[in-house]
Amino acid sequence: MTRLCVNGETHDLACEDRDSLAGVLRDRLGLTATRIGCQHGSCGACNLLLDGVPVRGCLVPVALAEGQAVTTLEGLRDDPVMIRLREAFTAHHALQCGYCTAGMLVAARDLILRGRATSAAEVRAGLAGQLCRCTGYDGIVAAVLQAAQ
Amino acid sequence: MIPAPFTLRRTADWDALPALLEDALPLGGGQSLMPLLALRLAEPAALVPLRDLPGLSEIAERDGALWIGAGVTHARIEDGIGPVPLREWLSLVASGIAYRPVRNLGTLGGSLALHDPASDWPVALLALGASAVLRQGDMRRVLLVEKFCTGAFATALQPGEVIEAVTIPIPATGTRFGWCKLAPAPGAFAEALAGVLHAPGAAPRIAVASPAGARLMPEAPPPDDPHLARLRDVAIRRAGA
Repeated sequence: MTRLCVNGETHDLACEDRDSLAGVLRDRLGLTATRIGCQHGSCGACNLLLDGVPVRGCLVPVALAEGQAVTTLEGLRDDPVMIRLREAFTAHHALQCGYCTAGMLVAARDLILRGRATSAAEVRAGLAGQLCRCTGYDGIVAAVLQAAQ
Repeated sequence: MIPAPFTLRRTADWDALPALLEDALPLGGGQSLMPLLALRLAEPAALVPLRDLPGLSEIAERDGALWIGAGVTHARIEDGIGPVPLREWLSLVASGIAYRPVRNLGTLGGSLALHDPASDWPVALLALGASAVLRQGDMRRVLLVEKFCTGAFATALQPGEVIEAVTIPIPATGTRFGWCKLAPAPGAFAEALAGVLHAPGAAPRIAVASPAGARLMPEAPPPDDPHLARLRDVAIRRAGA
């Protein structure tokens, strides 16, 4: 059995060793905010927090997340930075299809908390690992800059 | 895009490691290996995560060198380890590797052990005169990076042996480091890469990425690679050499 602590709740699950953390969160726990895109670490849609820092959920074998705190977007509902980001993303039309948004928000929150969202150039470089195919990024960069203020 | 079935073999025992690795691959942070598995470019029967091995994330200054455990992540190095100015140089190199969510898990040892010819650490460590501490059970040997990196995706690691740490000599006062990476986007693998260490009164150590992996290149580069020649010049200038 794999014991996972997700958003403060403990779950005991029978998993295969090859199962990814992102896949188990979606398919077994119904936590579908975490998106699965490329499944090899390139697109960033599956970003989530492991012990408070963002990682690619598709690249973590689920068994290796045992003993660490997993936080998904569902667990960041009341996070003050995430509240500001959600409002700013809405105001700046920073999403269309929304597929990249969960990963984008997790990455943007980390940039803000590390003080790396002080200019458009810095935000663009900091979000270079997050692929969005709809927006052209302008709205996303504007939203992150606003939320960082 | 789902890996072929494999078994995870957990261990926190250096002595048990060689036998566990007989028909398995060692797993560092997994930021290169897990994508290879997802793409089914590798289908190992088993993986042995190294992160529980004692001392693998240790950082210490000893014998005039900075000891960095192989399990230390790029993000931790980016945030600053060791004495200035080495601290700033290492941070600069680490910050250019992939993206923060990848740097939070990817490790120095994993990157060096894979020795992707377009990756950052082999070239940087070569310029810095670093050594790899290799361990098999309770046996250790230390190899300079130029001896460790034997070719693209090839190293001197023997079966059952893993990198325990990297050691980097603390630079003499007045030493400068020049680093230059050309990549199509921030965090992407390099198209060209050069690192230069210039200690006062010594010839500069000039390291570059080549198709055959990281190599020292004191001589002028071949004329058929304009990117390399330009980057090598920039890194030399940045090192004040």
